[in-house]
Amino acid sequence: MIEFTLNGKKVSWKGDPNMPLLWFVRDQQNLTGTKFGCGVALCGACTMHLNGSPIRSCSTPMSVLAGMSVTSIEGLDSAPAKAIQDAWQALDVVQCGYCQSGQVMSAVALLSQNPKPSDSDIDAAMQGNVCRCATYHRIRAAIHQAADSLAKEA
Amino acid sequence: MIFRPSLDPENVAQTHQTNPQIDAAQGQDSSNISRRTLLKVTALSGVGFAVGPFSSLGNASNSTGPAEIGHFVRIANDNSVTVVIKHLDKGQGVTTGLTAIVAEELDADWSQMRWEFAPADATRYNNLFWGPYQGTGGSTATANSWMQLRNAGAAARQMLVAAAAKTWGVPAAEITVSKGKVNHDSGKTASFGDLAELAGMEQAPAEPKLKDPSQFTLIGTNLPRIDSPEKTTGRAKYTIDIRRPGMLAAVMAHPPTFGATVKSLDSSQALAVPGVKEVVQTPRGVAVIADNYWAATQGRQALKIDWDDSKAETRSSDTLWQEYKALAAQPGGVARSDGNVEEALKTATKTVELEFEFPYLSHAPMEPMNCVVELRANECEIWTGSQLPTVDQHVVSKVTGLQPQQVKINTQFAGGSFGRRAVPDSDYVMEAALIAKLSKTNAPINLQWSREDDIKGGRYRPMAYHKFRAGIDDANNLTGWHQMIVSQSILRGTPFEGLITGPVDMVVTEGGATLPYHIPNLKVEAHEPKVGVPVLWWRSVGHTHNAYATEVFFDEVALAMGKDPVEFRLSLLKDHPRHAGVLKLAAEKANWGRKMPPNSSQGVAVHESFNSYVAEVAEVTLNENGTYKVNKVVCAVDCGIAITPDVIKAQMEGGIGYGLSATLGEKITLKNGQVEQSNFYDYFPLRINQMPDIEVHIVKSNAAPTGVGEPGTPPIGPAVANALRKLTKKPITVLPFGEVMKT
Repeated sequence: MIEFTLNGKKVSWKGDPNMPLLWFVRDQQNLTGTKFGCGVALCGACTMHLNGSPIRSCSTPMSVLAGMSVTSIEGLDSAPAKAIQDAWQALDVVQCGYCQSGQVMSAVALLSQNPKPSDSDIDAAMQGNVCRCATYHRIRAAIHQAADSLAKEA
Repeated sequence: MIFRPSLDPENVAQTHQTNPQIDAAQGQDSSNISRRTLLKVTALSGVGFAVGPFSSLGNASNSTGPAEIGHFVRIANDNSVTVVIKHLDKGQGVTTGLTAIVAEELDADWSQMRWEFAPADATRYNNLFWGPYQGTGGSTATANSWMQLRNAGAAARQMLVAAAAKTWGVPAAEITVSKGKVNHDSGKTASFGDLAELAGMEQAPAEPKLKDPSQFTLIGTNLPRIDSPEKTTGRAKYTIDIRRPGMLAAVMAHPPTFGATVKSLDSSQALAVPGVKEVVQTPRGVAVIADNYWAATQGRQALKIDWDDSKAETRSSDTLWQEYKALAAQPGGVARSDGNVEEALKTATKTVELEFEFPYLSHAPMEPMNCVVELRANECEIWTGSQLPTVDQHVVSKVTGLQPQQVKINTQFAGGSFGRRAVPDSDYVMEAALIAKLSKTNAPINLQWSREDDIKGGRYRPMAYHKFRAGIDDANNLTGWHQMIVSQSILRGTPFEGLITGPVDMVVTEGGATLPYHIPNLKVEAHEPKVGVPVLWWRSVGHTHNAYATEVFFDEVALAMGKDPVEFRLSLLKDHPRHAGVLKLAAEKANWGRKMPPNSSQGVAVHESFNSYVAEVAEVTLNENGTYKVNKVVCAVDCGIAITPDVIKAQMEGGIGYGLSATLGEKITLKNGQVEQSNFYDYFPLRINQMPDIEVHIVKSNAAPTGVGEPGTPPIGPAVANALRKLTKKPITVLPFGEVMKT
């Protein structure tokens, strides 16, 4: 049995240890905010935080999670998260919205580690998140705006 | 998509062998009765009232009564106003835009506005540009809904005013409405919710009084997207998020070549995978049904299938290119012929020639195709994000034996589409229905495609080959323009074939045959090769390749004539003021012709699609190692009245990104009929580091609004190519052109 923490709550899994975390969260825990896009860690739609760092949950097997702490978009609760989600809404970043949980998770992780990212920092951190609606232009602006609002609060 | 004329429902009915007893008229009669009943009940049962559009009413004495009462706007006692959205929102923002139209005529406060997707019911929710079909595509959602929803909002407003006038004992003419409040000079005021029940007893006006556009207070302002909060927090529901009691997951093993069938199947090992419930052989492949998606995919890997490809398409891309080029040497179907192009080319003192190659493209929306089906004895309930619910109803009817109106469709947000979810044979919806029908589990079925299923599963933007010749006379005038196109038809063999009026499918030639430049001798011909690869409309359809080919070739001609690309275009656009308008605006905002930094240049393109006009100026820098960067794009759009300007800007940004993605890296190729790409490691979507800075300018207009979902896409490829052309000294004629220029 694999035991770990999901959004602050203890969870366990007795099934296939090779099953990716994404399907545990979506199908077993019924938390559907995290999305499936490619299944091979190339689009970022499934991004969650593992001990605070962004990971692609579609390619993270359950077997590696014992004792770890996982956060999905439903469990976001931090100043950078609020700043990112506020900026996302203020600039109306979303279009179809399907990739945006992953975009938000990557952006929150970036801002948590780097409160004042440059354009190239943003490119590096967000390059793994594909948006076919190409909302990239606004994603960049929203990350800068969130960084500015966090700096003002500090 | 380009459906503009009315479609023939008989055509779909015949194609799908629908029971002829089920016709539109029958459906309309029965639902008219229920609609009138609904209004009465709705008005008296304490939930407020509802009104619909009056555009199809004729007049108030029409004996059938208000035909569409109650189906577009609901005002509830809690003061909420709900707009019923008859179109799919796949990111283009119609939930915001259509809601804004109603709010405007109603003088509602934006905070009280709500929305919901309409059910599948073409008798009430048909696309007014498509006749008896409900559907979303061809950038028509706003354009066809504009008057319908204005009328609905204005009617509801008049009913609220009438109710207030009676309650207060004052003339209706003395009552004003503003930001969701109904007011009288005496100081009396009421909310919509206060008046909802009384208003529901008022007679709906036959011809509601509409605002003059100068009175608009919401339209044209930067309203926030109504779906931003739920899409930013993960709360928005898509098809993949549907959960039904007892639901099972299904995946499909599709044939490796288009048209192949199952020769033999061994499912024993698949059935041994924990969680796998059943393996079902269907006409579209072999389905594995399991407790959850992961188990189903494990089961699929354990299937042993021999495929029979004797009737499949087995040609390779190289072979197809050879055949396309050979076809281009033969006379084609003539889509347009002005003057005498052969004579003009014969007498020209200078000629310019270019050939272009465009690959198959996958739509690759972020949410791979999916559909949930719950099949019951007398009903089939479906959850999906589809652009063509009426077609889906007919297809599922055929699969299940139910009547089309027994197929209930719950429309969900779609995680992108770009045309992929508008399928004339309802491929993925049909597939889900087939599995549900053939399965012995009797469980709701949740069909989910993987990314590989999506990339390999067909429905591509067709390959296209273009060959151009232009003639310039001794006075340096462009006198002749000949375009030959070779590309598969999208419409032929579908229920929409009846839309083809000329010798060739206009989807092949659109953007080429509609070239706006005044050239006295102009001819556009096309061939429709028969290939067994299923093709589909891909964001802006035929314009994707025609805009690139015509605008890049135009610059080549301008160069041969020693003319400035903007000036020369404007000189030939005298009869096309809206093309000229966006071109001038983009050129001015981009400071066209200014001195550029070393190894940097500007390129321009202008193109009309779906009745909207877009010009784009791209600025690029070419590095010494041959790589380049698209630094900035300045875009000007004329789409008539701009209802939600920020959504329009977002669609231009997204359209530019989507077009740029195809230009830089997207390509589907075939080897012996098998698609060579499978996921984002060999099919390359645009990423954030490749996204240019974008500036969008909207032309102020009083014309009726036109679409914005697609028109931003066509001009970006040629604008970038034309900019690079100046630096590399060679036209770019083979797509995609990648991230490195050969110099």
